[in-house]
Amino acid sequence: MIRSEILKNIQDNFKNDIKAFFEKSSNRVYMDISSSALLPMASYLFKVLKARFNIASGVDTRENFEILYHFSFDELDLIVSLRVVLPKDNPQVVSLALLCEGANWIEREITEMLGIHFIGHPDMKRLLLPPEWPEGVYPLRRDYKEWDSTAIRDRGV
Amino acid sequence: MGRTIVPIGPYHPLQEEPEFFKLTVEGETVVQIEVQVGYNHRGIEKLSEMKTFDQSTFAVERICGICSTSHPFAYTQAVEDIFPVEVPMRAKFIRVIIAETERIHSHLLWLGLAGHFLGYNTVFMWAWKLREEILDVMEILSGNRNNYAMFKPGGIRRDIKPEDIPGVLKKIDSIIPTLEMLKKAVMDDPVLHARTKNIGILKKEDAINFCAVGPTARASGVKRDVRKDSPYAAYDQFPWEMITCEAGDVFDKLVVRVLETFESIKMVKYCLNKLPDGPIDLNFKDIPPGEGIGHIEAPRGECFHYVRSDGTNRPARHKVRAPTFMNLPTYKATIIGQTISDATIILAGIDPCYCCTERMGVLDTKGNRIYSGADLLLLSQQKTENIRKQMGVK
Repeated sequence: MIRSEILKNIQDNFKNDIKAFFEKSSNRVYMDISSSALLPMASYLFKVLKARFNIASGVDTRENFEILYHFSFDELDLIVSLRVVLPKDNPQVVSLALLCEGANWIEREITEMLGIHFIGHPDMKRLLLPPEWPEGVYPLRRDYKEWDSTAIRDRGV
Repeated sequence: MGRTIVPIGPYHPLQEEPEFFKLTVEGETVVQIEVQVGYNHRGIEKLSEMKTFDQSTFAVERICGICSTSHPFAYTQAVEDIFPVEVPMRAKFIRVIIAETERIHSHLLWLGLAGHFLGYNTVFMWAWKLREEILDVMEILSGNRNNYAMFKPGGIRRDIKPEDIPGVLKKIDSIIPTLEMLKKAVMDDPVLHARTKNIGILKKEDAINFCAVGPTARASGVKRDVRKDSPYAAYDQFPWEMITCEAGDVFDKLVVRVLETFESIKMVKYCLNKLPDGPIDLNFKDIPPGEGIGHIEAPRGECFHYVRSDGTNRPARHKVRAPTFMNLPTYKATIIGQTISDATIILAGIDPCYCCTERMGVLDTKGNRIYSGADLLLLSQQKTENIRKQMGVK
């Protein structure tokens, strides 16, 4: 399949779920999608179109959270990023770990760094932060203060 | 049969880096594995948000001590992806020279360590001797044996002097005959075949499911190489081959790395001979708001950076994904059903990369037998020795 066909296929199949479609350059495409469409879209990209899951990156934009799921079509030199916007209070989204093993670790990382809950993750525990790290303190959130009174360093450990 | 839990770590048995494996074994066979990482988490993503775009290049260079160019390379690509810029051709060629020279040294380092852990200390010494020449080349080109600080968004920081090039070419040529000999020795050795073939097989469908990258994926027959698929810098300016194998065992991972070293030598020589003239830096100052993705092929696989700019002089978000992040979980697929004496080389087969420290302990949960790190190494080396004896090879 060529590039225009792939993009058209995605748009045709999920026209109600894509809120915004942005072709940044010839090899970078961003799509804003509703969080309910994430699992069907990701499985379509990964299983049907055989894209590779690069990684997800979580961002705290102050107003809300964003997760970008980057998929690459290696032979077409194309990276498609699905953007899911989540509310600040109680951010949660469906887990892709059962769809593709490659999403397992990054979801664990985003959970501990940004405090986003992944529904249905098979093995949710800390990946990088130590066990002594306090619950509910998320280092990559905007409101995280380096000298947080609950942070480990300030407790003199 | 009773199960025993064998903890390996928190330092890696081969690369001597911090990570922790909990192997559950029945007799000699591994039936379950759990991995714990994070002992060396330095919060570079957070740190990067407090640095300017230029300073972040230096911060990410410190992520990896072995392939220190791959992260600045991916980061500069990501920054240059935020707004349309075209880096000068001379800078692109020099970027390829630095990245490929580093790949030669990184693959040689792995080859030496793999040889050491299989009980082939001669391989270790030869490979590291060759690597020393490559580090000298790096010193001539960049001024440093490691952490070259050659990259900056928009170009490179230091030019290559024309008078240095003949000396560098001579040094690179000097390692080729020895490398050929080493390749022959490694590829034809029956003991090494017995020790690495059909060991730790990563099946193609597993490689796709785990989203493995780099030599780990290519050894399993997945044709993925960012340099080929998405030619960045000057990789589309000259002919070169993507190396793939089919079986996905430790031997194929070794073959892919050895053959890639030769490809890299070809690329470095081509770039040095055909280095175009011109500026080396765009010298842009302001970075507009936007987001950019940069991915490059590091020695261990695809290195992925995502940078978001809000119009200030520092990144609003900088996501770093090292290749090992995707390759490490493939242990779950490769190590089950293998013996403990093969565990070290399988764990090392993906060429994991964290940082460098040394310490390892292995102990029986019941406290009956306590292995030290050296014992586990001995176990692996003894197995090779036994195979040698059985085959009658001296």
